[in-house]
Amino acid sequence: MRLCSRRAFSGGSEIVGEIWAFSENVELLHELLSGAEELSKKLGASSAAVLVGDGVREVAEELGRYGADKVYVVDDPAFSAFSPEAYAEAIAQLAKQFEPSAILVGATKRGKELAPRLAARLDAGCATDCVRLEIDEGGRLVVTRWALGGNIAAEEVFLKKPWVATIPLRVFEKRVFEEKKCEVVESKVSVEKPKAVVVESKKKEAGAPLELARVIVSAGAGVKNREDLKMLEELAQLLDGQVGCSRPLSADYGWFPEWIGLSGKKVKPDAYIACGISGQIQHIAGMRDSKVVIAINSDPNAPIFKVCDYGVVGDLYQVVPALIELLKKRKK
Amino acid sequence: MRIVVCAKVALDVSQIKVDASTQTPVLSGAPLKVSDFDKNAIEEAIRIREALGGEVFSVTVGRPESKAIREILAMGVDAAYVVSDQSLKEMDALVTSKVLAAAIKEMGSFDLVLCGESSIDGFTSQVGPRLAELLGIPQLTYARKVSVEGNEVVVERALEEEVEVVKAPLPALVTVTREVNVPRIPTIMDIMKASKKPITQWSLSDLGISPEELKPAVAVEKLQAPKIERKGVILEGLKPEEAAEAIVEALLKEGILRG
Repeated sequence: MRLCSRRAFSGGSEIVGEIWAFSENVELLHELLSGAEELSKKLGASSAAVLVGDGVREVAEELGRYGADKVYVVDDPAFSAFSPEAYAEAIAQLAKQFEPSAILVGATKRGKELAPRLAARLDAGCATDCVRLEIDEGGRLVVTRWALGGNIAAEEVFLKKPWVATIPLRVFEKRVFEEKKCEVVESKVSVEKPKAVVVESKKKEAGAPLELARVIVSAGAGVKNREDLKMLEELAQLLDGQVGCSRPLSADYGWFPEWIGLSGKKVKPDAYIACGISGQIQHIAGMRDSKVVIAINSDPNAPIFKVCDYGVVGDLYQVVPALIELLKKRKK
Repeated sequence: MRIVVCAKVALDVSQIKVDASTQTPVLSGAPLKVSDFDKNAIEEAIRIREALGGEVFSVTVGRPESKAIREILAMGVDAAYVVSDQSLKEMDALVTSKVLAAAIKEMGSFDLVLCGESSIDGFTSQVGPRLAELLGIPQLTYARKVSVEGNEVVVERALEEEVEVVKAPLPALVTVTREVNVPRIPTIMDIMKASKKPITQWSLSDLGISPEELKPAVAVEKLQAPKIERKGVILEGLKPEEAAEAIVEALLKEGILRG
């Protein structure tokens, strides 16, 4: 297995291709750079950020602080709007020129539609939603991701370079390298005008990020009316927490901007209180890492009871008000 | 309109058992089914055909499971194409999308390609975007509403922070989410009609691809079920007040509430 980039030689030893990081989400980019820095050390390579957009040049220098040895910049009005077609082509052109070992892409929805298109362009392998990344003894990237409904950990190994991987928030911890400077490489790429264009974009109502909540009171299909959420909000407030939900309440009823689950948010609060949630495996995949799981459900056979610490078989419309009463009493 | 739907015959993940001694999933003999989101793609294709006329073709790579293919046809697809080959054993998304691209080219011209946002088993969400790239067409992903207006496809998609409306000229590829529609359940009549619909079976050589061109770039090395260490204290038959007491007690014990 050749570890080395074909193009670069220095001082008789071959240079290993860089570890790149790209995300249109700045927070995630900072985290990825931390991961790129770590992986690149193990590989004996350097780390680099890739910035594509309009007016992105000015933020390039500060990426050294987050671990980038180098920053590739494509700053052009042609990239003012995110486009998987144009961005994949731009990053592919850079990758063909500089031959990185890996391209780590932030696993936002945009990142997840970009990375496979980029990988196809480069005839490269891709692993999505990686929760762990390691370099094995053979110098290959091995990733762990959740497969088979989100409840089986799959270890996948890359058989050739470049490695393209998407990584969600909170897999790598953001670190700050106070004194670190980075080299800025300004690149010109020319791409065709993308065929798909955004004609309308509306901001969703923004709530506080669920990922940071200490306690989550989560609503499932057992909650019958939207007004009933007030009761769960009151409970959440008493516990200094927030209200989340399973997929149908968000995707089908539109009561919440986002849901917890395999295709939604992944959360790990200290306490997860599932109210009227049956516990489909896709939902479990989003809350598995919670410290304590409490379930309230009227169906004794609901699968949630197999994955909880404390399960109450009962009607949430009776148990939750009783719980609110008790907590209020305690506060007094 | 000529619409191609990519439909995977996937492992029914809700029925996969885990071997308790090794904590590994038992995949041999696990039941198969048409991947959930792909059914949404099939339904959407049929609705577009019902509105605008035309034909809907399905394409499947891998397991030639005839029951699943018949179900696809019974939903209303006009003709099914299946690519299976002895050499297609270890497939990653790179291999799958290359085979699909070759098959779609062989099937003739098309206006729209529809895919589910991901498969239920692999859940990589890669095939749609990869296929769009290989076919050289725009991609519109995570669509929860799809309409064809003249020579354009328009979709609504929900991202983390915004809801977008995106349009592209045909031909284009659209991946759909579960909320785009409710897939129909075929009637007995549909099932009977489906038995007369054509299924075309192709091997790789029929598509002019050699197995050497289809080397996977990623291989699965290990599958492992995480150990779920939960206390599993189940309380049944309590009055609401008693249940509330028990929950508060648990919250105190776990340090969520302070005494």
